[in-house]
Amino acid sequence: MRWLRNKDSLYSFLVILPSLVLLAVFVYGFIFQTFYISLTDWGRDPAQALLANPQIRFIGFENYRELFTGFIDSRFRQDLFNTFFFTLFFVLGCLGAGLGLAILLDQGPKGEGFFRTIFLFPMSLSFIVTGTIWRWMLQPQGGVNQLPTLVGLPKGEFAWLTSRQQIWQVSWNDVPFITALLVGLVLVLITLSAFRRGEQRRGYIALGSATLLLLWAFTLGRSLQPLPYEELHGFNLALIGIILAAVWQMSGYTMALYLAGLRGIPEELREAARVDGASEWQLYWRVILPQLAPITLSAMMILGHISLKIFDLVFAMAGADNAPTDVPALLMYLTTFRANQIAKGAAIAMILLLLVAAVIVPYLYRQLKSEVRR
Amino acid sequence: MIGRIVQYGILSIATLFFLLPVYLVIVTALKEPAAITLEGTWQPPERWYWESFAQAWTAFLPKLQNSFLLTISATILSALLGSLNGYVLAKWRFPGANVIFPLMLFGMFIPYQAVLIPLFQFIREIGLGGTLWGLVLVHVVYGLPITTLIFRNYYAEIPEEMIEAGRIDGAGFFGIYSRIVFPLSLPGFVVVIIWQFTQIWNEFLFAVTLVSSPANQPITVALAQLAGGEAVKWNLPMAGALLAALPTLLVYIFLGRYFIRGLLAGSVKG
Repeated sequence: MRWLRNKDSLYSFLVILPSLVLLAVFVYGFIFQTFYISLTDWGRDPAQALLANPQIRFIGFENYRELFTGFIDSRFRQDLFNTFFFTLFFVLGCLGAGLGLAILLDQGPKGEGFFRTIFLFPMSLSFIVTGTIWRWMLQPQGGVNQLPTLVGLPKGEFAWLTSRQQIWQVSWNDVPFITALLVGLVLVLITLSAFRRGEQRRGYIALGSATLLLLWAFTLGRSLQPLPYEELHGFNLALIGIILAAVWQMSGYTMALYLAGLRGIPEELREAARVDGASEWQLYWRVILPQLAPITLSAMMILGHISLKIFDLVFAMAGADNAPTDVPALLMYLTTFRANQIAKGAAIAMILLLLVAAVIVPYLYRQLKSEVRR
Repeated sequence: MIGRIVQYGILSIATLFFLLPVYLVIVTALKEPAAITLEGTWQPPERWYWESFAQAWTAFLPKLQNSFLLTISATILSALLGSLNGYVLAKWRFPGANVIFPLMLFGMFIPYQAVLIPLFQFIREIGLGGTLWGLVLVHVVYGLPITTLIFRNYYAEIPEEMIEAGRIDGAGFFGIYSRIVFPLSLPGFVVVIIWQFTQIWNEFLFAVTLVSSPANQPITVALAQLAGGEAVKWNLPMAGALLAALPTLLVYIFLGRYFIRGLLAGSVKG
């Protein structure tokens, strides 16, 4: 009997082994190889770039240095700004719209199933389909800009995807300071929530890192000058159209998440609040919203990593070459497969991976920890 | 009462926002090319012009066939592998599973740009460069984390007593799978197949980088190229967008319940 058990354990291992090997190679092996490529000069010599066995040299972190401080790579730096603002407004938009719609549907209006189907159907479409449609919706002389004329108003004048306007400009030299400030702020918030929940150890670690980071920001961070000149970056208004289409596509997802959460709140809790004299407004604000906080955090992480990776939507809506709406995921494609700057493309990919990992690793940790507890 | 009016008012506005693009696609696809003007974007067609669909159909039929071939084969393979993996992870503890599982899951969240260059070389070296089969392989491999995850969570619900009963009857690893676990798997397979079908049908990054020859292109790449060309009249891209959207849209309309389950499973917790 014991022998049989062992044979079965062997079978179970042999069954999962091929998948593990494939993922080890295709995920971790290839990531490692991309990292190695990013440390070389592959593609700097155009004659070598496309050869089957190109001569490539190890040049350390030179590609990364150029991306952050080199004169020619200012497009990458603007792309980081684009990703930041796109992520910010896309996540906020989806959370707001999703929560609002979920609360409305939670009241049980007539035709609830119909509304739910309508709000969620864009999720089943390809970003390419969405992008193609919204590209036509956002033609400067037609589409959405023509809508006001249907009710007799003058037509809209915003150029949407072709707009060159940029607001909230910041010098690249101030970015290390601002980044440290923002991350420090997040760490302070984590500290507060950790102490409130009585998780002392986590609280002290967060507090320590926040202090260190802010100290650095106000001493060395201010004087750090990545560039010898001022280079302004900001929020490209052309992104508004992409954000709009992305929210159209993905807000149904947050609605479904929130709706599932709302349905999971026991009726007794609502009744108890009503008995205590809470108005509908107070009921949602004080009782139900705090219950939804874990869902909000999960949704932020899922949507955040989707928006960091956004590629096809921008490709289909604005084209790969439209600089104002460019994002790192797209620039990696252009750099690697159009310009044949393979090593630099690999470096962009690694930076993208780091950004996504910063969101996803805590997410997985949190999810799997709560799973073990369950 | 006022609350009700506000509630339905907001819901109607939201419905309008979600359906406006749908109206525009249909209206534009049904107009004669000459009747499509920027000023008249929102006007319904004066007479219905079905020719765009016929044209889009001829142009896109080979691409649709490519997409179907790719999607169906990759979906079936990744679902089968996911089912076996999920069975192992849910019912057979093996050392290190607690470390391996998160490492596996991480693979479904990475930006695929971070593997694209070595992947491109690898596919070319094994002789599948530019072919649909290279793309099938890629989708099977990168589909493994999500299919494994969904099946693992699904199989975790099968009571341990049933597995134990099978063991007492003398069934081994494969016997328990084929006689107890697999026959209970239909809902799990429906969720996984629908999820993978939608994902692979809609995918673009791998398709645009790994398939070079137009003959092997899936529909998303063909649509992006058609719509990206500046000179094109908009009736054709719109008709093409409808064709490209139809398969996943039909799946959503008729099997929406399972689609949503896959959607929520994607956020890791079952």
